[in-house]
Formats: sequence, C-alpha cells, structure tokens
Amino acid sequence: MEESRAAAVQELRARFAAGQTRPAEWRAKQLRGVLRMATEMEAEICDALYADVGKPETEAHVHEISLVKSSCLFALKNLKKWMKPKKVHARLMTFPSTARITKEPLGVVLVISAWNYPLLLSLDPVIGAIAAGNAVVLKPSEVAPATSSLLAELLPRYVDSTCIKVVEGGVSETSALLELKWDKIFYTGNSKVGRMVLASAAKHLTPVVLELGGKCPVVVDSNINLHVTAKRIAAGKWGCNNGQACIAPDFIITTESFAPKLLEALKKVLEKFYGKDPLLSEDLSRVVTPNHFNRLLDLMDDEMVSDKIVFGGQRDEQKLKIAPTIFLDVPLDSAMMKEEIFGPLLPIITVEKIHESFGLINSMTKPLAAYLFTRDSKLQKQFESTISAGGMILNDTSVHLTNPHLPFGGVGESGTGSYHGRFTFDAFSHGKAVLHRGFGGEAKARYPPYSSAKLKILKGVLAGKLGAHIQAILGFPRGK
Amino acid sequence: MGSMPEKPRHGFGSLVTGLQEVCESGITKDLAWRRSQLKGIIRLLTEKEEEMFDVLRDDLGKHRAESYRDEIGALVKSVNHTLRNLERWAAPEKVQAPLVSFPATALVVPEPLGVVLVFSCWNLPLGLALEPLSGAIAAGNAVVVKPSEFAPATAAFLASNLPKYLDPRAVKVVLGGPEVGEQLMEHRWDKVLFTGSARTGRIILTKAAKHLTPVALELGSKCPCIIDRLDSKRDTQIAVNRIFGGKWSLCAGQACLAIDYILVEEEFAPALIEVLKSTVKRFTATPDCMARILNEKHFKRLSNYLKDRKVAASVVHGGSVNPKTLTIEPTILLNPPLDSDIMTEEIFGPILPIITVKKIEDSMKFVRSKPKPLAIYAFTRNEKLKSRIINETSSGSVTFNDAVVQYVVEGLPFGGVGQSGSGQYHGKYSFELFSNKKAVFKRSFLIEFMFRYPPWDNGKIGMLRHVFNTNYVLLLLGLIGLRR
Repeated sequence: MEESRAAAVQELRARFAAGQTRPAEWRAKQLRGVLRMATEMEAEICDALYADVGKPETEAHVHEISLVKSSCLFALKNLKKWMKPKKVHARLMTFPSTARITKEPLGVVLVISAWNYPLLLSLDPVIGAIAAGNAVVLKPSEVAPATSSLLAELLPRYVDSTCIKVVEGGVSETSALLELKWDKIFYTGNSKVGRMVLASAAKHLTPVVLELGGKCPVVVDSNINLHVTAKRIAAGKWGCNNGQACIAPDFIITTESFAPKLLEALKKVLEKFYGKDPLLSEDLSRVVTPNHFNRLLDLMDDEMVSDKIVFGGQRDEQKLKIAPTIFLDVPLDSAMMKEEIFGPLLPIITVEKIHESFGLINSMTKPLAAYLFTRDSKLQKQFESTISAGGMILNDTSVHLTNPHLPFGGVGESGTGSYHGRFTFDAFSHGKAVLHRGFGGEAKARYPPYSSAKLKILKGVLAGKLGAHIQAILGFPRGK
Repeated sequence: MGSMPEKPRHGFGSLVTGLQEVCESGITKDLAWRRSQLKGIIRLLTEKEEEMFDVLRDDLGKHRAESYRDEIGALVKSVNHTLRNLERWAAPEKVQAPLVSFPATALVVPEPLGVVLVFSCWNLPLGLALEPLSGAIAAGNAVVVKPSEFAPATAAFLASNLPKYLDPRAVKVVLGGPEVGEQLMEHRWDKVLFTGSARTGRIILTKAAKHLTPVALELGSKCPCIIDRLDSKRDTQIAVNRIFGGKWSLCAGQACLAIDYILVEEEFAPALIEVLKSTVKRFTATPDCMARILNEKHFKRLSNYLKDRKVAASVVHGGSVNPKTLTIEPTILLNPPLDSDIMTEEIFGPILPIITVKKIEDSMKFVRSKPKPLAIYAFTRNEKLKSRIINETSSGSVTFNDAVVQYVVEGLPFGGVGQSGSGQYHGKYSFELFSNKKAVFKRSFLIEFMFRYPPWDNGKIGMLRHVFNTNYVLLLLGLIGLRR
C-alpha cells in the first residue's frame, strides 16, 4: 500500500518533470474534462451529495455543481492571460535591462478536501492547480464517502489520470500522504488537523494553504430592511448545508432593544422557508454523521444554554436531522460561544449599543467571514476598519465566495492563503523573477579595488541620480 | 563588543501581548505613523552611516563600498520606493462584481496582520533586518526584530538605535542565540519571516505549526551560473567582472544570492579560467577589498572542503587560507568530484567550482538534478538557450548576463521556491507579505431575487441556472414572467 502510494507520486513527479502538465492545451483539455463531468454527471453527483449530507438538490446545483462549472469556465477564459509573463518596470539602476515575472507550476501538489461541500472543495482547488500546470493528488474527505468514491471513479474518465489522481482513505491514509514530499499542500478543514498538516509539511519545507473555519459573526443594526435581512441571514445559515459551512453565520450580535424584532422576523422567514415542521422539509440538509449530531446535541442541551432556546430545538436521531434553532443571550463562556457551531443552532447575543459588538468580535479569533447589516455608512466604515477577517459582507451573507475576483481565505485561526479565480492559479504557482541584462552598461565603479571615488558614484547610482549613472556607464572613475 | 544572550526574566509573553495591545489601539495602522517610521529608517541610514560601516567591518570585514552597495544604499533606495508608493499600496482595490448582485461593490482591502517577527541573518545583518522591517511597518504591523547573534556588533547597533529612530512601543529588538529564537517561537505571531538555513527553517515551521503562525522562509541553495561560449573577449571580460561581483565581492561568497558554482562547456573552460585568474588578481590588488569569513566554525567548514584530497587536486587558482585573519583567498576549482561535500552543500564562501559539460544545453539537466535554487545566472547571447533555461528549470529568479543585481529591481519579487524557500518580498511584495487582503463585498437591500430562497422548486432552479450561466437575457425574461 505504502509502495503503491509512493510509486504513484513518483510517477507524477516523472510526468511533471517530462513537461506533460505544462502546455496550455493540456491544461485546457483537463479543465474541459472537469466541466464535462460536472455537466454529464449532474444526477449522479446530486445523488452522492444527498447520500452524504442529505443535501437538497437545489443546494447541490447552486452551491456545488454550478460553482464548479463557473470555476472551470473562468479558468478556461483566463488561462492564457494568467500564464503570460508580466513585464516589470526595470529602473535606471540596471539599465539596460528588461524584467519580467514568469508564472511556473510548483510541481506535484496535494489537495485535501472537506466533507460539507465535498464536490466543490475537492474540485475548485484542483481546477486552479491544473490551470497552473501542476500534477495533482486529490484526497476527498472520507466523511463524505459517496462523493469520495464517485470522484475516484469519475475523474479518471474525464481527465488525464497519469497526472491527476484521486486517493481515497481516512486518517491513516491522509497521514501517510502527508509524510511524502509535496510542492504545495492545500487543506480545507478544521484548525486541529490544520496544525497537523503544517507540522508534517514543516519536515519538507512544503508551503501550505489552510482554509479553516471559525465563528462568523453577524452584526445586525436596527437601521435595516428587516425582512430582507432575515431572509439573507436564514439563507446563509440554514440554506448552506443547514449551517455546516465555514462561511455560515455562526452567531448574531444585535441590540437588546432590536433583538425581539429580529427574532420575530427570523421566525417568520423560517416558517416560510421550511414550513411548520422543519424536520419534514426536503430543503434542509441533515447533520453529516452521528458524531456531529451528538456534538450538536451536547451544545444544545448544555445546561448553560438549554433554557435560552427561543425557537426550534426539534431533533430526529434516526434521520440525523436538527431543526433550525435559535437561542437568545447565551453566556459568552458557554461551549456554544467558544467553539465553531457548524450546525443549525444560532445564538443571538445582545449588547446595549451596537458599537459594543466590535469589541466582542475582536476578543475572539479572526473569523473567515464577518457580516454586518446596516444602512448607516459610518457604522459600515467602522466595521471595515476595525474588524479583521478573511472576508466581509455588508447586508448579505456568504455570497462573496461566488465572486471569482475576490480572494477567498482566512487570517489567523481561520487560515492562511486564499483562492478562487486567479488567486487559485497564483496559489499553485511560483512567480519567477527574470532579469535580462545585456553586455552593455558596464560600470567599473561596481568592482574592487574600491575607492572613495567609486563609492561616490555608487551612492549616486543607488540614489537614482542620472549623472552618476552616466559616469558609471562611461567607466568612471578613470584609471584603476 | 560581545553579545550576551539575554535570558528574559519573564519570557516573551508580555512582549507579545504588549505589542498586540499597541496594534489594537490602531497606532500602527495610521498611515501618518507608518510614514514617520519609514522616514525614521532613512534618517538612521543617513545619520549613522559611519557607525554602520564600522559595525559591518567589525562583524564581517566588509569594505564600505560593499556595505553601501549591498546594504545601506540598497535600503535607502528601497525605503524611498516604499514611501513613494505607500498610499497606493494601502488603498482598497475595486474589483468586478457580478451583474446579478447589482447594485454591489467588491473591494480588496489590505490590512495589517498584527504582530510580526523578523529573524535576520548574519551575512547582510543590516539589510536582512531592515528590509523586512520596513515592509512590515509599511503594511501597518508592530514588529520584533531578532538579529543574528553571529553579527554581534550589528545586533547591538540595532538594539541601541532602533528605539531612538523608530517608535519603541511598536518596534522591538530582541537579542540572543538559538534558545531565544526558540522561546520567541513558543508564542503565536501573525507572521514570521525567517532568513537562514533550511535546518533552522524546519524548526521554525514546526514550532509555528502549533499556533498556525504563517511563516515565510528565505533559505539557501547552490546558485548555479551557466556560462555559454562567448565569442568576444570583451563579453568574456564583462561576464567575468560580473561573476566576480556575484561571488567574491559579495561578503566573500557568503550570500544566499552569490554564485555557488559555474557550468561551462569543456572547450570554453580554459579561456574562462584564464580571464578569471587575471581578473581576480586585478580586483584583489588591495587586501581590504574582500570580506573575511564570519568565524572559526565557518572557516573550518570551508577549509575542510579543500582538505578533501580530490578537491584539493582540482584547485586551479588560490587555495590558501589564513586562520589568523579568517580569510581564504578567491579559489577556483576545475571539476571537483560531484559527490564531494563542496558539490552537495551550499558553499557560502569564496571557493568557486567550475563544472564542465559537453554541450551547454546539458547544464540544465545538471541544475535540475539539484534542489531548486534561489537564483540561476546565465551568461549568453543565445535567445533560444535563454528561453530553455526559463522554461526548463525552476528557481526563485533567473538573471541573464549579470549576477545579484535583481536584488535591487524593486518591481521584482525576491524569494525562493522549493528548498530555497517560500514567500516573496521586496517593494510591493513586502507590503503584501505582511498584509491580510480582506475581501469586502457591499450589497444593498434594493434588489431581491425570490429564487434565492427555499422552499425550492424547479422554476427557481431554472432561474438559478440562468444566473450561473450569466444568461442575463433569460434571467430578465424569467423575472418578468415570460419564461419559466
């Protein structure tokens, strides 16, 4: 098993070294292959996503399949542009010269995916890695086994499997893969495993992108369109895999006075979306595994918060379903407020004045995304300049990840590095600096034996003084 | 002046939390503050120039011309470049927002990471401390600089002068050896930049993993110099001048960017060696024109390379060493054994092996057989060969017909790849290395699409398909009810 793994990676190295993944035509062909797969296999993909997390068909289409397709199309459209060397202004100092930055692939890269968006989080990084000209190993999450085996079965049919491989397996397989040397590792998941990935990568000096999670806060002011706000919060929370998404709103902060209104609006919207008995709705994902189900139950039934439920609370252990559940004013030191919820529980924290929310958010680790609902432009400005996060949205939730022109990634505990669109291409590339000089413009002042006359000219050259340059090129100082 | 590693009485916890508080107060984020700090660095470089020449001479025996060219002057140029561009780099950048989200604004807003740790190295002890420092400050961070204990005069200079010229609340210097480095890494940093050896780089990365601290590594490597057959004597002389400049002129070869070894066609080698010998003689006419070897440990390491019998037999110029002055004369080797230490380790000294190949094109295969270097140099007029080198090798950078000067081209990123490191800096790249590029998406309440929300039905799925295919015509028709 170990030999075959190492041998597989060796094959990838050999093929990469032979230049198989470099030509633009090869890269475009693979991207078109992924696009075809996402189109022809829509039904199979939806089935797998339903089997793995009970994902409603619409979410499967909108959040996974469509995003994979647009990612392929965006990469195909921009591939030549991204691959083109970029000219850089080479200044007077190195005259005559031209300078460029050439993007080159890193080599053989490892993508470790997550279970909540098992198609998207597998293929989106792989698309960028291919566009950048690398050979790729994809390790889908074993917690989403149907999607994992579907990818393992389908990908080789649609792409060049000598350079793009899927390796299935659990913790031991992942650990074994991490022992090998990679030119880049791209990991999506939680910060505990993120630390282990970094520690393994350290041995080989491998650079890593970490897409982790955190508690994404939503600050809700009173100066808003309440109905639209409630819908957008609900869509971002329960409409995203029933809260099991890294960018799902984790908790809300609003004023004591506004909380009742917000709560009412949320209740109305939730009933409209999911009916009177949400456990019967086809439009809510289930909780992924019994482990996570129990984890969420522990959070809900924790005596510190169990009396703070103001909506929901229904659960079905057989079907692993938990209804949208809202809490009001849970203690800040409760488990629910200390860890990432990753589920359909939504605590509302109240403050006296809305500005207090900033201090609260800054007392926590930097989140992947932070959201603010307000029409007040001053509050918006303050939010933007005070809160540090991977990304932030004003008056909506989650949608920024669909914009391929925005970098998507965390900061601090929520991760390092970013991707989407061109950023994925760059994440899997090395920007090589290339400087062309000629044999002209020889400056004697550069070389020993040194003298104060030479030093004077060097100072002038470094300070950008034209006169000094001319002297330097003309071979001053004369004599030795 | 010795450097006593200071055993901190209370660990570095209070240092780190203190700096975090300074960041949170917003002082370092203020553009005016950043400008004042950068101007402070310029003032330091101007007012204390003589003292800097002295400490660099104490630590490494550098001639002032070399010190100015490689460290002080390069820094002045770089910091001025940063000052000229600071506002532009710090400004939010507007990016495209998809039509379907209209009206919306999408921005990328650079913000400071927070508290940054910079490990400098001994060979360019001023440059490798102040260049990253200026970038980290420009990006709005608070910074701790840990200078190398192997350049103690420079370390002490930084420790006593940085607090005078920069804001001591936000810029700190911590002196000491590896234990101090390890203690610092016990804490969480918002970014670490480390310049040094791969061995220490691994330790830094392992410690950083516990805290998810992001690290940029500037490591060493064997930088090859490929020399094509040059037909004119003038070209050959110029190439040799520049090779000298890229090897012996650069801290006696003790630089990550220095030429480590040469690759040349066997037929051209004798002519090259002749010009090298005569140039070396001319350029080393005065004794103080080459830096000395850092210390006894490195002196021994380099002398030992030459003690290998087969390596000693390959000496074609130089070879003499002076343990008293810690100097080794410029030494040229011709085809030492490829498995000798000198050909497997980074030399970091004034010994230059020349390896011959049958055809110059064979040199690329040789380069690829070794870990990716920080820089590849090539002297050639052959455009085809240049293309092949760019496309068929991988390195931090490639420079044609010169050496090391890419360091001062501000628009070019400086950094390695693979074993030579990760992360790039200089100029705008420093600013970005020490920033978080926050994605900001601003929407309005104005336009709402019902098909965004459950309960789902086929009609809504159809509309969403139009959105993702950016088929705005069908979308519009659907919205006004003309198509389902």
